[in-house]
Amino acid sequence: MNSAALVRRDLRLAYRRRGELATPVVFFIIVTALFPLALGSEPQLLRRLAPGVIWVAALLASLIGQDSLFKNDYEDGSLEQMLLSPAALEWLTLLRVLTHWLVTGLPLVILSLLMGLLLNYPLDSLDVLAGSLLLGTPVLSFLGAVGAALTVSLRRSGMLLPILVLPLTVPVLIFGAAAAERAMQGEPVAAPLYFLAAMLVLAVTLAPFAIAGGLRVSLES
Amino acid sequence: MFVWFHKLASPPYFYRLAGRLAPWLAWASLIVILAGLYGGLWLAPPDYQQGDGFRIIYVHVPSAWMSLFIYVVMALAAAIGLIWRMKLAHAVSAAAAPLGAAFTFLALVTGSLWGKPMWGTYWVWDARLTSELVLLFLYFGYLALHRAFEDQRSGDRAGAILALVGIVNVPIIHYSVKWWNTLHQGPTVFFGARADIAPSMYIPLFIMIIGFMLYFAAFVLKRLQVEILSRERHTAWVQELAGKP
Amino acid sequence: MSSWHEFLTMGGYAAYVWPAYGVALGVMVLNAVLPSRRQRALLKELARRAPNNQELP
Repeated sequence: MNSAALVRRDLRLAYRRRGELATPVVFFIIVTALFPLALGSEPQLLRRLAPGVIWVAALLASLIGQDSLFKNDYEDGSLEQMLLSPAALEWLTLLRVLTHWLVTGLPLVILSLLMGLLLNYPLDSLDVLAGSLLLGTPVLSFLGAVGAALTVSLRRSGMLLPILVLPLTVPVLIFGAAAAERAMQGEPVAAPLYFLAAMLVLAVTLAPFAIAGGLRVSLES
Repeated sequence: MFVWFHKLASPPYFYRLAGRLAPWLAWASLIVILAGLYGGLWLAPPDYQQGDGFRIIYVHVPSAWMSLFIYVVMALAAAIGLIWRMKLAHAVSAAAAPLGAAFTFLALVTGSLWGKPMWGTYWVWDARLTSELVLLFLYFGYLALHRAFEDQRSGDRAGAILALVGIVNVPIIHYSVKWWNTLHQGPTVFFGARADIAPSMYIPLFIMIIGFMLYFAAFVLKRLQVEILSRERHTAWVQELAGKP
Repeated sequence: MSSWHEFLTMGGYAAYVWPAYGVALGVMVLNAVLPSRRQRALLKELARRAPNNQELP
């Protein structure tokens, strides 16, 4: 199963399971909509909290989408196929995570513009908000994939995944929310965005090894 | 030398060695800690700013130091376990994790008890305390994952990978929290940071840290014995060991 | 530290210093006692099953 075939297969499967992929998106909208209900609709207050709320909602939404990353392939045996294929497992997992990000992470980035409106986030800084999410959500996907790989052979891994992964996402949340907040106040946003980009590079280069290692361990048990 | 390393890796030999070493280390740690307490609580002069309240340092800083030190030990053992496939190394990680979590919890409690008289609130989002809190979550993650597997061997290896992923993230988390802290709240002068504390103050601190290290060595070996027994429960030497009371 | 009284009151910070040391003592004693108890329990359990250890593990 060479790389291109894997990507095409993943995208076809994702398309076929559209319903399942809607979950992170719907979750993101609902969680964001909860905060005004909880905190009141006073525009100034919502604006002040908008970056943090959107980022936490995006973080949790991307985590929700991770559990199914390897689960279906584990059950129908195609995960073993991936392990046996000549192509390096690290490379295949890299592709798998990126395609998974395309169908779960990217929608969150696009939707964040809408959520910004919901929370009275200034329109002119929406580009930085979406930009920070564009850099951040792939990192969340890689971190979530590490957790998914380690827990794929466990029955009730859904509850375990957030505990493993959330502490690791703290830096992404810090710099992401900071970038969105600084944009709102007109301050320079280069620093946090560069940190996010650095974390993305680190995730792309290192995470596949942890994911592949996790898959090998899970498939031995 | 390799023979010694190989022998060390054989569970029955290590089990007995741990059994012999642990009591000595335990008593040594007790003596050193008592000495440190005497130096810190009785001899050391009160701080000109914080009075006697600063004496919490003698339990807060050592436990914060141990919480990080033990995580590094876990990550090293995890790496050794994965690279050389040594079950014993994974047993070390499994034995050290609860102690690491305990020290992290201790660092948080003593830190917040120290925060009350100094800043008026039990919890301060100080950079160090916040990283300590995230470290506690990392420990919970390891413990939860390690216990989730029925097959101990996979639990070990999965936990090892998580520990390695964790150790890569620890410095990143620490510096991003530090960056975040200076962003929202000016750098609070946390007592440990000041370098001008008198020798009579920081000598007991080193003694306490050594005492805590000895304590860790003693009781990680004790826990290691339990881990070895539970991993080797079907082997002859454990049956024989269990046979005679 | 001159007097026993001053030691106990900790210059007015007794309500924070002593609980901190109390928690520390509790946590460290707990972590000292637990492993040995678990070791004894495990050995006892293995001993109970040792004689007829033909049964499958």
